[in-house]
Amino acid sequence: MRPDTPRAPWGLKLAAGAGLFFLLAPIALIFLYAFSSEERTYQWPPPGLTLKWFEVTWNRPDVWQALTLSVQVAAISTAIALVLGTLCAAAVSGSRFFGRETISLLVILPIALPGIITGISLRSAFNLLDIPFSFWTIVLGHATFCIVVVYNNAVARFRRTSGSMIEAAMDLGADKFQTFRYIILPNLGTALLAGGMLAFALSFDEVIVTTFTAGQQQTLPIWMLEELVRPRQRPVTNVVAMVVVVVTLVPILLAFYLSRGGEQSVAGMGK
Amino acid sequence: MTAAVSLQRVSRHFGAVKALDEVDLDVGEGEFFAMLGPSGSGKTTCLRLIAGFEQPTTGGIRIFDEAVEGVPPYRRNVNTVFQDYALFPHMDVRENVEFSMMLKKVDKTARAREAEAALEMVKLGGYGDRRPGQLSGGQRQRVALARAIVNKPKVLLLDEPLGALDLKLREQMQDELKALQKTLGITFIFVTHDQGEALSMADRVAVFNLGRLMQVGTPEEIYRKPNSRFVADFVGSSNVLPPAFVHNIVGERRWASLRPEAIHVIRAGAGLSTMSGRVVSRSYLGATTRLGIMLKGITLNAVVPSAEDAPVEGETVTIGFAREALHLMEAEE
Repeated sequence: MRPDTPRAPWGLKLAAGAGLFFLLAPIALIFLYAFSSEERTYQWPPPGLTLKWFEVTWNRPDVWQALTLSVQVAAISTAIALVLGTLCAAAVSGSRFFGRETISLLVILPIALPGIITGISLRSAFNLLDIPFSFWTIVLGHATFCIVVVYNNAVARFRRTSGSMIEAAMDLGADKFQTFRYIILPNLGTALLAGGMLAFALSFDEVIVTTFTAGQQQTLPIWMLEELVRPRQRPVTNVVAMVVVVVTLVPILLAFYLSRGGEQSVAGMGK
Repeated sequence: MTAAVSLQRVSRHFGAVKALDEVDLDVGEGEFFAMLGPSGSGKTTCLRLIAGFEQPTTGGIRIFDEAVEGVPPYRRNVNTVFQDYALFPHMDVRENVEFSMMLKKVDKTARAREAEAALEMVKLGGYGDRRPGQLSGGQRQRVALARAIVNKPKVLLLDEPLGALDLKLREQMQDELKALQKTLGITFIFVTHDQGEALSMADRVAVFNLGRLMQVGTPEEIYRKPNSRFVADFVGSSNVLPPAFVHNIVGERRWASLRPEAIHVIRAGAGLSTMSGRVVSRSYLGATTRLGIMLKGITLNAVVPSAEDAPVEGETVTIGFAREALHLMEAEE
């Protein structure tokens, strides 16, 4: 920060504080009710605080089932997205061909469209093709938007990797595989890690597309939605929500840090 | 002398665009060779064909008498210094320079020794641990040079090697590149659009225009005896004289070039007379002053020593030049 930057006026500080409060207070409430001793209603203030819901949650098999499913779905759709998104980015930035801009737009479309459109279209497509709803239909639905995240990260990095760098590697004796192994992959590495983590996080808390593409399975967010309607053991949902927040915050912060760091080191290469 | 690089009727077409058209060219072993031309003249395409990044549409390329059709860049004993240097940002300077040896599985101590020697040669000894991002433009270029010569290529290709540097650094690098070429004794081929750079550095210069090779020769030949209006115009600031004008002097209807410094400007009334004209422009260049002299419907550029009493605009002057200074060019429409 520059030393001559004027201090913010108190009105602006107040507005910033109010904005942050508006954004974060509900999350703080979720955390608070994880410790509430009242299990039927969210009454204010909580009548008492207890740690027993953590034990109850730990022992509920349906929580573990939903969590396992969510992790599996997120992991597999991220893996699919990493392969397809990177290949797509390589094609779009590595060569010029007819319809290149169109493909670039079409790839980004799933994230620009409302999730409900993606969901409905996938559901009717599965129906038309007589594909039964299963674990794999959820994965397919999630992969559509995970690809976008990976693609965006990879394409930005490809753009900053100059074409002459690849030629330089070949000039110095690297064949195609060695060029990929020693030059392209390390340059792409942090971008893929960031894109992958973001994709994982997106898939992990997805509700809309999942409702349309899931059969009987419940991913964690869907499980939470169902749980809120039930009258008993409500704080269990809050415990799960808290754990999810803490667990997903780490990769998102890491992804943010990585993609920023990568930008600096490569941006420094400009003339 | 064997030719280090030899192009035989080489063409490179991109669709309807003839980037390079029927070029015949021999570059000798140990030569410092310049390819000069405006942008889009084909000089860079020519370089890329030699490096192997492009394949000729027709014609053949031989490097040390070996045909290189279909030989990929990584199997040619030729290295390139790229215009944007193309250093690998995720490696430090040493790893950049060692890259080719790492691929050849040279053992680590030998690698480090060779890399340090190459860095010494470009005056960057001790910079091995830096990252390319921490270096200045001039230093990055030296790393690119070290990386290319550590391989001991038979031919070093340089694409606009001084293009991105500022004026002072450029002059210094010109001298260093010449010295480096002498030390290594290998063939340097460099591409430039700067005629001053080409003339001052190269043993021989090839001038390109619109995909065609216009003229090859020593800097002096190119400068004094341009074979075409384009070369006369592009290399320096020669007067290009139309056939009608030349006919008056030598009796031949041919285009001719005349260097500004070959024209003697004589003040009116000095007695000697060949041709009279009027000074229409005057620009001070330091030690010399350039005059634009209008006579017989064309404007000639003449360079005179700067002096208090140099002719001024509007003044009528007489000019004269030695017959040998008038260089008749090959017939052209």
